[in-house]
Amino acid sequence: MDLFKFFSKETPSKDVAKERLKLILIHDRANVSPQFLEMVKGDIIRVISDYAEIDESGLEIKLTRAGEQGTSSPALVANIPIKKMKEFGR
Amino acid sequence: MGVAIVVTSGKGGVGKTTTTANIGTALAMLGNKVVVVDADTGLRNLDLHLGLENRIVYNLVDVVEGVCRLKQALIKDKRYDNLFLLPTAQTKDKTAVTPEQMQKLIDDLKKEFDYIIIDCPAGIEHGFENAVAGADRAIVVTTPEVSAVRDADRIIGKLEAKGLEDHQLIINRIKYEMTKKGEMLNIDDMTDILAIKLLGIIPEDEKIVISTNRGEPAVTDENSKAGKAYRNVARRIMGEEVPFLELDEEPTGLFASIKKIFFKK
Repeated sequence: MDLFKFFSKETPSKDVAKERLKLILIHDRANVSPQFLEMVKGDIIRVISDYAEIDESGLEIKLTRAGEQGTSSPALVANIPIKKMKEFGR
Repeated sequence: MGVAIVVTSGKGGVGKTTTTANIGTALAMLGNKVVVVDADTGLRNLDLHLGLENRIVYNLVDVVEGVCRLKQALIKDKRYDNLFLLPTAQTKDKTAVTPEQMQKLIDDLKKEFDYIIIDCPAGIEHGFENAVAGADRAIVVTTPEVSAVRDADRIIGKLEAKGLEDHQLIINRIKYEMTKKGEMLNIDDMTDILAIKLLGIIPEDEKIVISTNRGEPAVTDENSKAGKAYRNVARRIMGEEVPFLELDEEPTGLFASIKKIFFKK
């Protein structure tokens, strides 16, 4: 047995491959281009900005899969850091 | 009426032609009347795998263009009387044939043969369109590599878009030693990712190189592990339930090593 590997916590490369594949296939299957994500991002900023002041540089939007173990349906996840809520938004 | 099966993969070099030659030969060994069709116009290789490269007179493009009759272009195999090859042209490109012409050709072959196995070129362009045009079923070949699995997924999507829902997966060149160490994608990983029915698992086998060198498909070699796996695939194609080969077929350990030294073929 590989003693060195036994003590190290390195993930087996096949698990790395599987994770990478799962993610890339979500993109391939959804046929989503980076431009599409940029367009969505722009629109989200526009809409949210009416209600809150947001940190545009920290805004992150990505395509991932729904649920913990779900491999089937893709999900759009956006992380939008809010600096300050606007008055009428409350 | 026969069944037309296209062997495809998206990525090149994963073993489409090897798979076509072996499945075709194995089906013929089981008593079926079989024709293997090379759809890789301009880059034909199926003739080499079967050792029939010196017998080509006419080809698929000649048939389509009306230069010769279909029967004139069919080459009988050296070993099996019920196995035929329909080679394609080497000096033309993929646009020499249209999907409609291909469909008609395959329909004609289905009247004569039990199985028509079509070797699809790599890629998703014109050559792919032609190869799948007349097919009833598809076999998707992949290897345990990220690039091959990704391309296989793309091909499965393309097949489904064409209404070719009857597709099954062959995982080629698996190295059990590496999967055991977790350094290679295993069968479960790949069927999980691709969500497609498994038709065969072909172990990595040096004998494949030797059989391709000789132009004799591995299924004709009783001792080839890959050949045995391909023979099982052929039986599954015919509807038989055949269990998948055990993962740890190769015994390891001291005793096995000693045995191997003394009983080496």
